[in-house]
Amino acid sequence: MADLKYLFFLGCAIPYRLPSYEVSSRKVLQKLGVELVEMPEFNCCGFPLDPVNHDMMLTLAARNLYLAEQQNLEVMTLCNGCFGILNHVNKELKADKNVREKVNDYLREIGMEAKGTAVVKHLIHVLANDVGFEKIKAAATNQLDKLRVVQHSGCHVNRPKEYIGLEDPENPTILKKLIEATGAKCLNYLDEPECCGAPILGVNEQIPLQLTREKLGHVKAVGAQAMITVCPYCHIMYDLNQPRIERAFNEKYGIPVLHYPQLLGMSMGIPPEELALGDLRVNAAEVASICSQ
Amino acid sequence: MSKLTKAEEEAQKNETVLRTTELDPKFKYEISKLPGAEKVNVCFQCGTCTADCPIARFDDFYRPRKLIRMTQLGLKERLLSDDVIWLCSTCFTCIDHCPQDVGIASIVRALRNLTVAHGHMPAGYVAQVSNILKTGYAYIISDMRLKKRQQKGLPPPPKANLKNIAKLFDITGFSKALEKVET
Repeated sequence: MADLKYLFFLGCAIPYRLPSYEVSSRKVLQKLGVELVEMPEFNCCGFPLDPVNHDMMLTLAARNLYLAEQQNLEVMTLCNGCFGILNHVNKELKADKNVREKVNDYLREIGMEAKGTAVVKHLIHVLANDVGFEKIKAAATNQLDKLRVVQHSGCHVNRPKEYIGLEDPENPTILKKLIEATGAKCLNYLDEPECCGAPILGVNEQIPLQLTREKLGHVKAVGAQAMITVCPYCHIMYDLNQPRIERAFNEKYGIPVLHYPQLLGMSMGIPPEELALGDLRVNAAEVASICSQ
Repeated sequence: MSKLTKAEEEAQKNETVLRTTELDPKFKYEISKLPGAEKVNVCFQCGTCTADCPIARFDDFYRPRKLIRMTQLGLKERLLSDDVIWLCSTCFTCIDHCPQDVGIASIVRALRNLTVAHGHMPAGYVAQVSNILKTGYAYIISDMRLKKRQQKGLPPPPKANLKNIAKLFDITGFSKALEKVET
């Protein structure tokens, strides 16, 4: 089988805040024989502009999609926000002639035209559907069967359902199965699909922090040793903001939050240092030591 | 219940009484022309969106059902000056659960877009828009972070074509709309 190859869409939040997600993803994908092609001309996916100007969002997203169409490669994102927007706009460009014409009227001014023929995937889709569970299980030689974790898929990898439809947003299972492939036990908890609140952090801090606090409480209640995310924004809420929540509400959670490729990497025998586990705000040394047992 | 002062009574009256002079009957048609808001008039006010909204659980004022009703009634001025519309976290649960397929979050987006077109934009968005124009990214990635990337063996992040972006801001009319925004 020919090796898998994708156009890598990095987005903004990861280079800004979370190189650990990128480091671990690249490491794991390389070991699984997935090649990432860099695209130097990519810009912001467009998501932050949707609330302020829908047309501008469409156009900026379509510019990225045009570049992908030219490369004739499928796009892979690590960020739920980038995936949600690029996938949505791509499908709208293909299905809706009015949208396509409007957007291309703008894009033609810079010598581009997007047709909506790109394919946009999130890391978890690439792992689950393209690499496949069999190959992942075979690579996960260091089964993490002493570890109990929970998943948090996030919203934009599944909603709106109409535009994605790869799993049930009320009961997402792709990440759960990917976690189980590492040998770790994936526990159920209350309100699993609930939003982290990150998108309104710039407007109101109190609501997202309360949402995050509530989820951390549900995660703690089932005795999980770690939480697994696949989106930089969710990760910022649960990891970076966890100490802040502990201070604000005078509570203690101490729940390490790992990017899924960090967990997968440890099950593949990659040393924690190479997966940037030390970059996490909530100390994950205990998780790493359970994984190395 | 303690007695209300005259000022409090007046305030309560203003809040609960709906004056027909305040209603713009054309507003629901104006908004339904915006992408995603086409179905605003098929909402029958069941309240599923509010019941399932994560934000509504933690905020006393953000009620998606109410925003749609206000739109149908034509309370344009109140909607476009109310900061509450910026609280939607775009989780899209309301879109997935709506029995009438109204697309609530998209209508909230249309209300936000319209508010920006009228010259009001929250500071957080002003900063992100300006970052995108300056760097192609929603955030400014410092030299220190770029250096750290290099040390970790990561390639430089994509360098957007800023001329392209500036041109797109201009031709979509977004640059002009931004000039009207009060900061």
